[in-house]
Amino acid sequence: MSQTVKETGGTGPSHRSVEIGVAGFMALLALIGIYGSIKVGIGWADDGPRAGFFPFYVSIVVLIACAINLISVLATDKERLFAEWGQLRQVLSVLVPTIVYVCLIPYLGIYVSSALLIAFFMRVFGRYGWIATVAVSVAVPILTFLMFETWFLVPLPKGPLESMLGF
Amino acid sequence: MEDIGNLFHGFAVVVQPFNLVLMFVGIVLGVIVGVLPGLGGANGVAILLPLTFSMSPTSAIIMLSCIYWGALFGGAITSILFNIPGEPWSVATTFDGYPMAQNGRAGEALTAAFTSSFVGALFAVIIITLVAPLVASFALRFGPPEIFAVYFLAFCSFVGLSKEPPFKTVASMMLGFGLGAVGLDQMTGQLRLTFGVEQMLNGFDFLIAVIGLFGIGEILLTMEEGLSFRGKPAALNMRVVLQTWAKLPRYWMLYLRSCLIGCWMGISPAGATPASFMSYGIAKRISKNGHLFGTGQIEGVVAPETAAHAAGTSALLPMIALGVPGSPTAAVLLGGLLIWGLQPGPLLFVEQKDFVWGLIASMYMGNIVGLLVVLTCVPLFAAILRIPFSVIAPVIMVFCAIGAYTVHNNTFDVVMMVVFGVAGYFMKKCNYPMAPMVLAIVLGDKAEEAFRQSLLASQGGLGVFYSTGLVSTIMTLGLIALFWPLIQAGWTRLRSGKLRPAE
Repeated sequence: MSQTVKETGGTGPSHRSVEIGVAGFMALLALIGIYGSIKVGIGWADDGPRAGFFPFYVSIVVLIACAINLISVLATDKERLFAEWGQLRQVLSVLVPTIVYVCLIPYLGIYVSSALLIAFFMRVFGRYGWIATVAVSVAVPILTFLMFETWFLVPLPKGPLESMLGF
Repeated sequence: MEDIGNLFHGFAVVVQPFNLVLMFVGIVLGVIVGVLPGLGGANGVAILLPLTFSMSPTSAIIMLSCIYWGALFGGAITSILFNIPGEPWSVATTFDGYPMAQNGRAGEALTAAFTSSFVGALFAVIIITLVAPLVASFALRFGPPEIFAVYFLAFCSFVGLSKEPPFKTVASMMLGFGLGAVGLDQMTGQLRLTFGVEQMLNGFDFLIAVIGLFGIGEILLTMEEGLSFRGKPAALNMRVVLQTWAKLPRYWMLYLRSCLIGCWMGISPAGATPASFMSYGIAKRISKNGHLFGTGQIEGVVAPETAAHAAGTSALLPMIALGVPGSPTAAVLLGGLLIWGLQPGPLLFVEQKDFVWGLIASMYMGNIVGLLVVLTCVPLFAAILRIPFSVIAPVIMVFCAIGAYTVHNNTFDVVMMVVFGVAGYFMKKCNYPMAPMVLAIVLGDKAEEAFRQSLLASQGGLGVFYSTGLVSTIMTLGLIALFWPLIQAGWTRLRSGKLRPAE
């Protein structure tokens, strides 16, 4: 990714390079779609169009649209920032814990993972004391548990803690 | 008239105490969802959808549609008091609403906004009551080519009417169709595009896409911009409300125009956001006080709010009558119908009278209840925004995750939600519209089925889409919608000698 430096503000990736990346990624998905469609057959069988018929042409249109978008992006201003690195760090600081959270759900269950996520946010971003942190991060999952499991009878993924408690 | 009788029957269903409670709960949840950043009508409804699995479809749709009305109302609160549009369609409300609040006229602005929302919604509901049964009975005659033509029209309107670059709309829409095609092919029973990955057998569920694109993506964006809530005090007393109400009737022409713009934009799936901007723009051009717009004119609040609510409500018309949702939220409601075992489309009016008329009656009731709730509880809802983001953000994440999990009781879906969230962040930043992608994932299978059945009947000839008067008309309308920007540009050039060009 090319970098742009502005004298006044911070630095960051240019908007143009990200646009190129997005268009390229969509084109890649389109190519995968075309490949997959050809594999199941895009022509006609005895009983009508094959399974790959529709996704094949759809992918072709995506590819064409991406090409046009790419051309129009190349004509845009190189100087415009996508976001400053500091902003991107902010985004990542939310995204990374979320990814960890999502990966923990199958192992710890949704309630324990949620408590950990809320506690992490409150400690790190909110700089709350331990009492407030523990209070909120325990209360929210318990309320969720009551609302979903007992009131609306919707089961959510549970982990070792819940099975220890006998649920 | 039979429809009127059905409507009264619908009212009887709605005023059952249980349903009234659900309506109230839905409105309150909806306003909360509308006030919070990162949660909007579409993903709010998507997240709360699992709560309704154990209810009867009529109760479920009452609660979910009330969440939607609540979200429409809620967007106005944050726009006026905090200058933060809670929803994209309330961006235009900030132009004059926030200056009014700065001048100490917050109460007046809020009253005007809520009342306008109510008027817009009421107008749209009346339109739905009158038009939807006719459209549905007409649509009963549709065969596969006509059904495909309706989808074609819906998606072409997206390309022609959205403010994003047309080829970005096309790219995200077609990608949506592609994602919708993954998994089992319904016509041949063959697996496709799964590449042997077990988790992809069921394809991509659009509810996951909605929660990821609109929920997680929005939170990431909010994080990047950094949040500073500095709200104006929100006091609404009866005197201000009545004074404002006394002022509003003189803007009847503005109301009528905004309602019509809203309904038109809502039925064609352009949605509430462009409707609000269009209405604001036209009001600014026509009004005597047009040059003062942006400094706190009440008309600048009335116009976008009326149109946004009219559009948001009328987006349900094609959903009920044709099974083609006019907005992402309508699409989520349509997904709900499928989960409750109802087949959306014109047959609904014949086979599920209770359900349809219950829904329509709940639109009337829901908006009345909604108006009362928001007028009385504004300070409470404004207080929600004073909860620090470091607490509210992880809680929203948790609810998004729960919502994504409960769709299929599958933890892989939660991972996909985050993937869609990252995609949503980049799409939003690069100006790719997300609504067409979501609608394409929802309607992909049905559109494909209609397309292939039509081709099957004609042995592959595309001429089948111009074979009868009806299908040709719809297809031509679709093409007009598709090339609308070009047509408009040509028209403006023709008249440019006399008038100044349209915006």
